Amino acid sequence: MATKIFKHLQTSVVPLPIENIDTDQIIPARFLKATTREGFGNNLFRDWRFDENDNPKEDFVLNHPTYSGKILVAGKNFGCGSSREHAAWAISDYGFDVVVSSFFADIFKGNALNNGLLPIQVSDEFLKNLFEAVFSDAHAEVEVDLENQFIKIVSTGEQESFEINPYKKACLINGYDDIDYILSNKGLVEEFEQK
Amino acid sequence: MGQTLFDKIWDAHVVSNNEGFPDILYIDTHFIHEVTSPQAFDGLRQRGLPVFRPKQTVATADHNVPTWDQHLPIKEELSRYQVDMLTKNCAEFGVELYGLGHPYQGIVHVIGPELGITRPGCTYVCGDSHTSTHGAFGAIAFGIGTSQVEQVLATQCLLQQRPKRMKIEVNGQLQKGVGAKDIILYIISKISAAGGTGYFVEYAGDTIRSLSMEGRMTICNMSIEMGARGGLIAPDQTTIDYVKGREFAPKGEEWDKAVAYWQTLYSDADAQFDSELYFDAADIEPMITYGTNPGMGIGITQHVPETASFEAKEQGSYAKALNYMGLHDDESLIGKPIDYVFIGSCTNSRIEDLREVAAFVKGKHKADNVTVWVVPGSKQVQIQAIEEGLDKIFEAAGFPLREPGCSACLGMNEDKIPAGKYCVSTSNRNFEGRQGPNSRTLLASPLTAAAAAITGKVTDIRAFLSESEFAEF
Ligand code: SF4
Repeated sequence: MATKIFKHLQTSVVPLPIENIDTDQIIPARFLKATTREGFGNNLFRDWRFDENDNPKEDFVLNHPTYSGKILVAGKNFGCGSSREHAAWAISDYGFDVVVSSFFADIFKGNALNNGLLPIQVSDEFLKNLFEAVFSDAHAEVEVDLENQFIKIVSTGEQESFEINPYKKACLINGYDDIDYILSNKGLVEEFEQK
Repeated sequence: MGQTLFDKIWDAHVVSNNEGFPDILYIDTHFIHEVTSPQAFDGLRQRGLPVFRPKQTVATADHNVPTWDQHLPIKEELSRYQVDMLTKNCAEFGVELYGLGHPYQGIVHVIGPELGITRPGCTYVCGDSHTSTHGAFGAIAFGIGTSQVEQVLATQCLLQQRPKRMKIEVNGQLQKGVGAKDIILYIISKISAAGGTGYFVEYAGDTIRSLSMEGRMTICNMSIEMGARGGLIAPDQTTIDYVKGREFAPKGEEWDKAVAYWQTLYSDADAQFDSELYFDAADIEPMITYGTNPGMGIGITQHVPETASFEAKEQGSYAKALNYMGLHDDESLIGKPIDYVFIGSCTNSRIEDLREVAAFVKGKHKADNVTVWVVPGSKQVQIQAIEEGLDKIFEAAGFPLREPGCSACLGMNEDKIPAGKYCVSTSNRNFEGRQGPNSRTLLASPLTAAAAAITGKVTDIRAFLSESEFAEF
C-alpha cells in the first residue's frame, strides 16, 4: 500500500511550544478503540483542546483562529511515550504534513515516516527563532524542501538543513513502503529461515 | 574487538543489509493485541496477503478488557467490537489467540515470559512500547507501530536501523525496602525521559544480577520511559531456571542445545558501547514521581524541585506539570493524602509482586480514604494467587483481587481514576490523563503503593521496617 507522496511545502504553521508532548496528549488512550485509520484528527490533543463537556477550550492553539497551516511546531522530545501509531494518524488526519521539533522520540519518528508525515528535527536555536517568527506574525510562512533537505523561515530567510535516512526519503518522494521492499527480498527471508 | 550482547543477537537475525538501506531483521515471535492490530490486518486484506508465519504470531486481548466479570460480554461497545475484531482476524488468518476466558490470557508482556515463549537470544516485537520487558531474558525486544505490525505479519521481518548501544551498570547493596522498580525510576530520574533516545540499553552490574527474573522484567519494561528502544540483560542461571519446564520452553535434547547457546550470550569484556553509565545501589531510596513524565521522580524523602532550578526555556513546561499535579515547588510528598492505589500493569503485576504486597498487607487494612485495585497480569497469575491464598489476604485488607488486563494503567476499560484524584500506581506512565482524564499519577514500587494504601498517604516504606511483623519476611 503506497504511502502519501511528499516533496515540497510552503505554509503558515501552528505553534505548540511545550516540551515532552507525549502520545497520551496527542491522542488519549480512550480514543484508540477504532479499527480503521481514519477519523483520529477530531481527537488530536483532545484533552487540551476540549473541556469535560466537549466544548473547545479557547486558550488552546488549535482553537485559535489566528493560527493555521500544514506544519506543527512543537517543543523538544515530541512524541514520547507509547508506540501507538494513532498519534501519527491523528496529526496527519487533522491536516498536518510536517512536525518540527528540536528532538523526537524514536518510535514516533518511525511511525510518522511510515505514514507520509515528515518529522523534521531542527536545532534549539532554529526552533526558538521559528517560534519567535510565528509569535510576531501568525501568518509567517515556512518552506520545507524534502529533496534538498532544508527548512526555511520565509520572512527572515533563515534556513537549516535537516537529516533523513536516504531510504526513508526515497519512500516519501516515491510513495512506496517497507513491505514492498521486504517482499522484493522474500527469497532471502526464506533462505534465512533454512539456516 | 569483542561484541556486545545486543550485536551478537542482532547479527544472528540480519536477513540482509544492503548498503544505504536499513537492515532486514528477522523476528522470531510477534505478539499482537486488540488495539494496535486491526488496521494492520486490514492492510493485509487490501494487499491480498496472508500472515507469512502465523505460527510465530501470538495474540491476546488485554488493553480493553474489563477486570471484573470477565465471563460476561464486554459492556462497552467499542471495546467489545475491538476484542471481537481480534478474534475474527485471528480466526481468518490462522493466528493462535489467548482471548478472554482462555487460561493463558493476560497482558501480552506477562504471558510471553510465563509461557516460556520469551527466551534468550531471540527477537520479539509487538505493537506496544513495553515490549522491552522481554529483554530481561537476554533477547532483543521492542515496540513497533501499526504499519510495522502489518510489515511483520506480512513478512516476519522488520526494516530497522541498528540503534546505538548503551550500558547501564548498577553495583552494590540495595537498602531494605528498595527494589527493581525503585532502581529503574531512579535511573530515569537521573538521565531524564529522553536520556536513552536512540539507544538500546544493556543493564549490568552485580545489583542487576542479584535480581529475580520478575525484577529484571520490571527494569527492562521501563527502558522506553527513558526514550530507549529497549533494554536487555545477559542470561544467566536465574534466567535458565526461570524458563525451564515452562509450557513452550524447549524440551529434552532441544533444551540442552538451547542452554549451550544461551551460555554464549554476554557482552565480551572488550566490547565497545556508545555510552556507559554507572550507578551505586546504595544511593537509591524508595522512589516516587511527582510530575507528568516518568523522569520526574525523586527519592521519597526528597522535595519537589524548584521551578527556578531549571533552564529558563524549560520552566514553562515544568510549571505546567506541577500545576496539573496540584503540587508546588519544594513540597515534600510524604504525608500527602491519596485517593487510589493501583497495583498492576506489565511493570508490576507478576506473582512475585503480588506475593510481596500480600506479605506486607497481611493483618493490616487499607485506610478509609483509599480505593485499592489489585489487577493480576494474567489468568495464570490470578489462579496462582488464589491457590496461594493471596486473594484472602487481599480481601481482608480491603484490596479486592480483580481479573487480568491492562486496567488502570491506561484506563481504556472502565478502570479509570477520576479527575483530580491522586493514584499511587505501580504502572509505568504518569502522563497527563493516562489513568483517566485529569487523573494524577504517582509512580512507585508495589511496596510503596501498598504502604500508601494502608496509611492513606504517601509513606516511606522504610518506616515499617522496624516493625516486627514486616521484619519477618
Ligand atoms: S499494562 Fe499498561 S504499559 Fe503494559 S501493555 Fe498494558 S497498557 Fe501497555
